[in-house]
Amino acid sequence: MNSLIARAKELLENKSVQVIIGYEAGSNGIARPAFISDPKDAEKLIYDDRCIQNLALYLTKHEVKHFGKMGIVAALPVMRSIMMLISEQQVFAENIVVLGISSDGSLLDMADIGVMKGYIGKADLGNPAKDEELIARLNKLTPAEKFEYWQNELSKCIKCYACRQSCPMCYCTRCSVECNQPQWIPVQSNTHGNMEWHILRAMHLAGRCISCGECGRACPVNIPCHLLTMHLADQVHHHFKVHAGTSDKMSSVLSTFDPSDKESFII
Amino acid sequence: METTKKLIRKKSLEKLYAALSMSRKVYAPVVADDNRVEYKYNPEFSAITFDHIQSTLSVKNLVFPKVENLIYFTNHKTESSVTEVDVSRIPEVVLWGAHPCDAAAYDVLRSIFCWDTKDQFFSKRLEKLTVIGLACHQSDDYCFCTSVGLAPDSAKGSDILLSRLKSGDYQAEILTEKGNAVAGLSPGLFEAMPDEGVLTADVKARFDYREVTKKLTGAFKHPFWVANSLRCIGCGACAYVCPTCACFDIQDETRGLNGRRYRSWDSCGFGLFTLHTSGHNPREVQSQRWRQRIMHKFSYMPDRNESLGCVGCGRCSRGCPVDMNIAEQLTALQTI
Repeated sequence: MNSLIARAKELLENKSVQVIIGYEAGSNGIARPAFISDPKDAEKLIYDDRCIQNLALYLTKHEVKHFGKMGIVAALPVMRSIMMLISEQQVFAENIVVLGISSDGSLLDMADIGVMKGYIGKADLGNPAKDEELIARLNKLTPAEKFEYWQNELSKCIKCYACRQSCPMCYCTRCSVECNQPQWIPVQSNTHGNMEWHILRAMHLAGRCISCGECGRACPVNIPCHLLTMHLADQVHHHFKVHAGTSDKMSSVLSTFDPSDKESFII
Repeated sequence: METTKKLIRKKSLEKLYAALSMSRKVYAPVVADDNRVEYKYNPEFSAITFDHIQSTLSVKNLVFPKVENLIYFTNHKTESSVTEVDVSRIPEVVLWGAHPCDAAAYDVLRSIFCWDTKDQFFSKRLEKLTVIGLACHQSDDYCFCTSVGLAPDSAKGSDILLSRLKSGDYQAEILTEKGNAVAGLSPGLFEAMPDEGVLTADVKARFDYREVTKKLTGAFKHPFWVANSLRCIGCGACAYVCPTCACFDIQDETRGLNGRRYRSWDSCGFGLFTLHTSGHNPREVQSQRWRQRIMHKFSYMPDRNESLGCVGCGRCSRGCPVDMNIAEQLTALQTI
């Protein structure tokens, strides 16, 4: 943690960045995002097991970008999100400095995007064990049972859109669900409308989701909605051999035609 | 009406619940599979919790549902015919085991929905609602009712208030005619109250809401708002779990020639909330939306509705994915 604070301080002092996006101690023993612009405040930065929120979200936020060049504390999921955001031209590599964090919590030297790409290339990109367990359990269900499971879970949804707002890849300033002339999906929260929303969200993220699980963590009513995007990410890997967020020049598999794409679905 | 204090034994509560369930819909708190507490209609008595600190969602849906149909319409060639929703069909509901913060929230909602025009849907639902409150004998670090003029044993908004006794039995304070009617269903269950103190949670006051209101008057342009809302992600979790947030959206939904107009929950945290047709948005960035949330509850409402827009339940802070802890921010606002 001391090396992280020292590095943050140095970057702010020599004006390499104007803000560091990291974590600080929050209320009641939890960690929360912090935005440090004064080198004196670098002491507030922490990094431990509680620091799990995907901070890449803030790289596209208007008021954070307003600071200027941004430094960001980035464990693997954040690094992968940054790669996706650069690929989709939402973030420019020259505008950010990555303060990489290894799986054991130590500071990594991420001189440039190439180094980060190398690190991601060697990392374990598997899903967390407890999510794998639940996905495996769901995969054993019949389609009717699966439908019932999701109907049950999604009936709890209150359409607060915390899943969308917490996702670094949901950066659109105007989401298609906000169009009501015509309505794409029902605006109201009912089981039918909730299902349409979550399916639409999952499809928009297929091939782009880096499986950080942030949407599921953000949900105030504990819907495991991250399993939908996680499962689609696994499917994309299975069919196209691609892991999202492993390069800064990724093309979205579902919106890119490749002559070698499988066409087995055409009879 | 003069209030009375009676003793009701734990086992008598089950009989009271059974008597109520016979004639009315009863909405009571149960522990869900994932350990969250949620309210359900007519659960088994054995499933009802008497020990919860807070449910994830508030109980405002009883008077302000997620979706309320306003009118039904049919489109003809050049005109539409409209069918009104019959509010007289709204059923009698008993809310069982609402904590004092939630019971008090109905008054706050009334100050909004009946500010000038009396909202017929809200009014009818509230008229048909009987609240059996449950005083809190425990709390957590997110509770702050005592900072906003309430207490873990406030009777405000309850028709009957139950308070736990050391023995595990309950004191039932019968506060209104509606409460009297419920108690009248099984009068034999209510016994004379012995001289015994009730268990009450110790919720320490963290700030004085009157001081916050005073401070907010000149704080519109204060740097506090940007500095303390950079992490806000702009979701509606806080507003949707809040027992007093009352903003709604109105939509028309049609299928062929038939359709309905409904209102559904909305949130001032959303960018779209204040977006004008012209493309101009008076609250362009998240700090302005966060400021609106605090200002509305602690400055505009005391000013215009003569009620505070917060009951200190702490749900917004428990539910926030990025720890926008409102009590912490209000405490800080006192000294800006």
